[in-house]
Amino acid sequence: MLEVDKNSFEEEVLQAEKPVMVDFWGESCTVCLELMPGVEELAEKYSNEMKFCKLNIKGNRRLAMSQQVMGLPSMVFYVDGEKVEHLSGDDLTIEEIEEEIKKHI
Amino acid sequence: MSKIYDVIILGGGPAGLSAAIYSSRSKLDTLVLEEKRKAGGQPTTYEDMENYPGVLGKTAPELMEDFREHAEKFGAIIERGEAEDIEVDGFLKTVKTKDGQEYKGKSVIISTGAEPRKLGVKGEEEFKGKGVSYCATCDADFFVDLEVVVVGNGNSAIEEAIYLTKFASKVTVIVIHDEGIMDAEKILQEKAYQNDKIEFVWNSTLDEVKGEGLVDTAVLKNIKTGEKTALSCDGIFIFIGRVPRTDFLEVTGVDLTDNGYIKTNQKLETNLAGVYAAGDVRDKFLRQVITAASDGAVTAMAAGGYIEEEEYWQENVLEAEEDVLVAFWSPTNEDSLEMINKLEAMDLADRGVKLVKIDTYKNTLISERYEVEEIPTVLKIKDGEVVDNLVCPSLTEVEEIL
Ligand SMILES: Cc1cc2nc3c(=O)[nH]c(=O)nc-3n(C[C@H](O)[C@H](O)[C@H](O)COP(=O)(O)OP(=O)(O)OC[C@H]3O[C@@H](n4cnc5c(N)ncnc54)[C@H](O)[C@@H]3O)c2cc1C
Repeated sequence: MLEVDKNSFEEEVLQAEKPVMVDFWGESCTVCLELMPGVEELAEKYSNEMKFCKLNIKGNRRLAMSQQVMGLPSMVFYVDGEKVEHLSGDDLTIEEIEEEIKKHI
Repeated sequence: MSKIYDVIILGGGPAGLSAAIYSSRSKLDTLVLEEKRKAGGQPTTYEDMENYPGVLGKTAPELMEDFREHAEKFGAIIERGEAEDIEVDGFLKTVKTKDGQEYKGKSVIISTGAEPRKLGVKGEEEFKGKGVSYCATCDADFFVDLEVVVVGNGNSAIEEAIYLTKFASKVTVIVIHDEGIMDAEKILQEKAYQNDKIEFVWNSTLDEVKGEGLVDTAVLKNIKTGEKTALSCDGIFIFIGRVPRTDFLEVTGVDLTDNGYIKTNQKLETNLAGVYAAGDVRDKFLRQVITAASDGAVTAMAAGGYIEEEEYWQENVLEAEEDVLVAFWSPTNEDSLEMINKLEAMDLADRGVKLVKIDTYKNTLISERYEVEEIPTVLKIKDGEVVDNLVCPSLTEVEEIL
């Protein structure tokens, strides 16, 4: 998964050709850390159809808020630079994330 | 056949990890099943640990790391898995997990804790991750110099409101009670009153969450007047209590209260022999880390005693080759002591009969199972079945059944 930040977000996410999923995470978010290995697996599995990025909100708080992310974990999907879906909540599961990926590829 | 653990602990929060420390230290083969990648339970979601004795310079997540390390030091195994069912077949219990695994054990300790209660108001679900939160340490970072609302007035709500003032510019606490009344402890109330960043709205609840993309308004409702007011804010933290994680127990036959907490006796046993409950998940007065830890210790020791009694009974009585005379006695009952002396003088072994003594004061499991109400009581057991039952017998009566 590609690590993005406020400097690379525009180019890597908004201008990407493929659909993109961004995993917004933080070090103190245990649910995020728990989901991470599963998300990495999904990123492998769907690497041909979708681009997968992760964004540590540390230092990128304003960027996260500009993307209307104000809680972790948050998985945000972009198609042609447009935000199309935002999954969140501490009960989020890998299965739900995979379902959503399938909708956009 | 798969491995049979002595103790299977469901949930690796403070209660489960304490139980694991006690049971693995007593050399019981111990497994902790924890649904999350990281053990530690609720304390992994908040910062301050102000009231755990002897812990002064540590955060709650750090303390949980120590609990885990301590349990592993004595040999407890922590595995990832969400328990979904417990089947009890006498001494053998089978725990099934969501991903289809099965674990077998002689005893089970349920310490699945509790999770935050949702309010269930309009917009709450929609704005999750967009300003509505149930975990201050997870999300506080987002709210630096912004204004937030905290719904609730118990210990957690007030503690977290105070914590949030390190980040937010203003924290408004919504209290359902009359002015000046909160469920939180006095010391927390004082701290909150003294904090310049905290304001209170009394007699009110959250009625709706509004916003465009992100939360921008909390609609509050005064429960006395029914009047609604819109409070502009950037985040809403909801701490209105917790609900026990017992939904998975409904099919197992473990007795629950109307609110879903597990009913236990003094030894923290549930209604199923060899199945115990510890921590926030059980019906009790105070739900804190220290009481969770205490419960853990009690259940581990109770489970150890249960296993010992059950194994002793199986080996010496149920699986015995010869006929067995079981004498129920108690150190405080003179008659029973006298009877034990007489039985011992009868040289039963020479007559092909084995004598087993059960101290009813220590071993309540077996006396209850065989409904022994008066002592001394003597049972004759042949191939695992009771063939004679004598209450306060004379020596001649005992001779007769031999
Ligand atoms: C915001 C907040 C602040 C608090 N502050 C304090 C404080 O300052 N001092 C204090 O003493 N207490 C405090 N508490 C309370 C304290 O954290 C709890 O009383 C304590 O964590 C209870 O421990 P437990 O082990 O019973 O349950 P939990 O901590 O809830 O742990 C249960 C564990 O079981 C796991 N689990 C659940 N279901 C399953 C399943 N089916 N299979 C496998 N695993 C499962 C969970 O993932 C969790 O790890 C606070 C609580 C909150 C929410």
